[in-house]
Amino acid sequence: MDPLHDMNLDAPHSMGTTIIGVSYDGGVVLGADSRTSTGMYVANRASDKITQLTENVYVCRSGSAADTQVVSDYVRYFLHQHTIQLGQPSTVKVAANLIRMLSYQNKNMLQAGLIVGGWDKYDGGQIYSVPLGGTILKQPFAIGGSGSSYLYGFMDQAWKEGMSKDEAEKLVVKAASLAMARDGASGGVIRTVIINADGVTRNFYPGDTHPLWHDELEAQNSLLDVLSSGGAACPEPMST
Amino acid sequence: MSSIGTGYDLSVTTYSPDGRLFQIEYAAKAVDNSGTVIGIKCKDGIVMGVEKLIASKMLLAGSNRRIHSVHRHSGMAVAGLAADGRQIVTRAKSEATNYERIYGEPIPVKELADRVASYVHLCTLYWWLRPFGCGVLVGGYDRDGPQLYMVEPSGISYRYFGAALGKGRQAAKTEIEKLKLSELTCRQGVIEVAKIIYGIHDEAKDKAFELEMSWVCEESDRQHQKVPDDLLEQAKEAAKAALEEMDAD
Amino acid sequence: MAHDEDVAGSERTLYPYVTGTSVIGIKYKDGILMAADTGGSYGSTLRYKSVERMKVIGKHSLLGASGEISDFQEILRYLDELILYDNMWDDGNSLGPKEIHNYLNRVMYNRRNKFNPLWNSLVLGGVKNGNKYLGVVTMLGAHYEDNHVATGFGNHLAVPILRSEWKEGMSFEEAVKLLEKCLLVLLYRDRSSINKFQIAKITEEGATIYPAYSLKTFWGFSAFQNPGQFAEGTW
Repeated sequence: MDPLHDMNLDAPHSMGTTIIGVSYDGGVVLGADSRTSTGMYVANRASDKITQLTENVYVCRSGSAADTQVVSDYVRYFLHQHTIQLGQPSTVKVAANLIRMLSYQNKNMLQAGLIVGGWDKYDGGQIYSVPLGGTILKQPFAIGGSGSSYLYGFMDQAWKEGMSKDEAEKLVVKAASLAMARDGASGGVIRTVIINADGVTRNFYPGDTHPLWHDELEAQNSLLDVLSSGGAACPEPMST
Repeated sequence: MSSIGTGYDLSVTTYSPDGRLFQIEYAAKAVDNSGTVIGIKCKDGIVMGVEKLIASKMLLAGSNRRIHSVHRHSGMAVAGLAADGRQIVTRAKSEATNYERIYGEPIPVKELADRVASYVHLCTLYWWLRPFGCGVLVGGYDRDGPQLYMVEPSGISYRYFGAALGKGRQAAKTEIEKLKLSELTCRQGVIEVAKIIYGIHDEAKDKAFELEMSWVCEESDRQHQKVPDDLLEQAKEAAKAALEEMDAD
Repeated sequence: MAHDEDVAGSERTLYPYVTGTSVIGIKYKDGILMAADTGGSYGSTLRYKSVERMKVIGKHSLLGASGEISDFQEILRYLDELILYDNMWDDGNSLGPKEIHNYLNRVMYNRRNKFNPLWNSLVLGGVKNGNKYLGVVTMLGAHYEDNHVATGFGNHLAVPILRSEWKEGMSFEEAVKLLEKCLLVLLYRDRSSINKFQIAKITEEGATIYPAYSLKTFWGFSAFQNPGQFAEGTW
């Protein structure tokens, strides 16, 4: 095939992704874009990369869709057993450690970068980052996926200790939209999950509602509308 | 026991016609003949004490321990066959480390007691095994606070405020019931347990004994440890003084 | 993907993911001092900035690690269990730095013989019964002791400084100054280092890991201001 137009359509489904987790005073906010690609083709433009593990713990997935699904399926199953055995909800730490265990022990076979977030009555809201090799790090906030490279500077500047729930969610949505504007592998909608003592809230930010960043334009129905609005937007024919 | 010799007491896999398993009851007897073991739950932790009967004056003091640490946050006191107890302790240690290896946090005391009970129970189910000739107290401190469990040779396990095993268990339980456990600190509890064990011991009839004590509490940083030497000495003195006072009356 | 067909499903650690850079350790009057930055690199990205790479092991030892952080965490889990089982004997005996160093050496050498190394260079320091101990174990299972040691870039940049300036019986203050001199050189010349350091100390009294701090850097050379002045060209 013409190498210029090789779109690599038989590539495995991968979530070139933007995922974010931010903890605030009473809980955590998780966020993710919704693009899943096979090579250059968008296989799913509305994926859900924030996956439930237990009532009170969710995980943001990045990397191979298949790998991260199987890891979270196993961990969900383990946590279910564990919850029954102990007769009480499992902690975020236990969930994160199980994720870590699978990521670490199978590091050569997996392409999985995960952010675990949740709330428990003992330690409140917590974010754990489990990147590629199976390192586990507890962090006040975490970013991951290909889109995260565009976010390091922004998060270092914008994240503040002791944010409110709304501030935290605003930050997550802003960061996700910034990354999606620059990372071709991220896009679509923004999904957020907020977890705290009161339970879980899911929010959805459709692709046409995101803020406009540098060199982006307001969406139109048609050029015809632009023309009929008159003004500088409808130029005269160029004369020689 | 009236039914001795009816032929149903040689196997754990055969019930007697009235539905009993004599081997398990005999195992319980081995516990009942042991030196007294006491555990109490105070307001800030658990205290365990053992009347360790000394088989010979030539034994090194502190040997043949009956209280063992299991993980950082819990411990086990053994009544009955000490050697059987060590098997249980070894199992408990591996259950505790296995749990932490998988879940990344210390095993809850309830879960530890349940797993130990399962193991003890397992040995009552097969003809090629013999039930353990010992009962154990499991004392520990986790996120839900201090807890005390007792596991019997049958594999049954319950959670207690105060528990006693061995020869002096009845007298000990009577004494424990008199304590205001919800107001007692472990430091005070150590003295009370020492008093009970010294009080129960019959110097004329029983063999010489060594008092072995451990605790898990705020003062021990929620770690299961031997009671510090100075406190143990203080407890012994208090116990002896209480005895003399009683004799004087 | 670089490691698709030939290596997928391989049992071997092929390359490190999240890594820490140099660790330095020296003996001084009262014991051992160790220093490292708190960076966790992800390729050339400085992804994590608060990774503790020095930990207290048991009563008498201090372990510092460079290399793969997940493997370091695994080693810490091994040691935690080792120390736990040792403590549960409750017999008043405890493992000293020499034993820990030997244990680590066995673990590292075993793994490299399985062609599945733990991707670290480890510095083990400690004091027990008045004896100071300082040694290194590498991912290949090579090990040695010395009065001053360093891993990674530190081997190239810090060891020469230590060789010329370390002396027997240095005071705490002298020793810290020497470590900071090495850390600064590493900060200037090691791309993956960051300006956030920890110093850890272990003496007969026990171990202390000091809170992380940054060092002042110097940029006042006149040739820096005007690099073209005395040269034909410039970088």
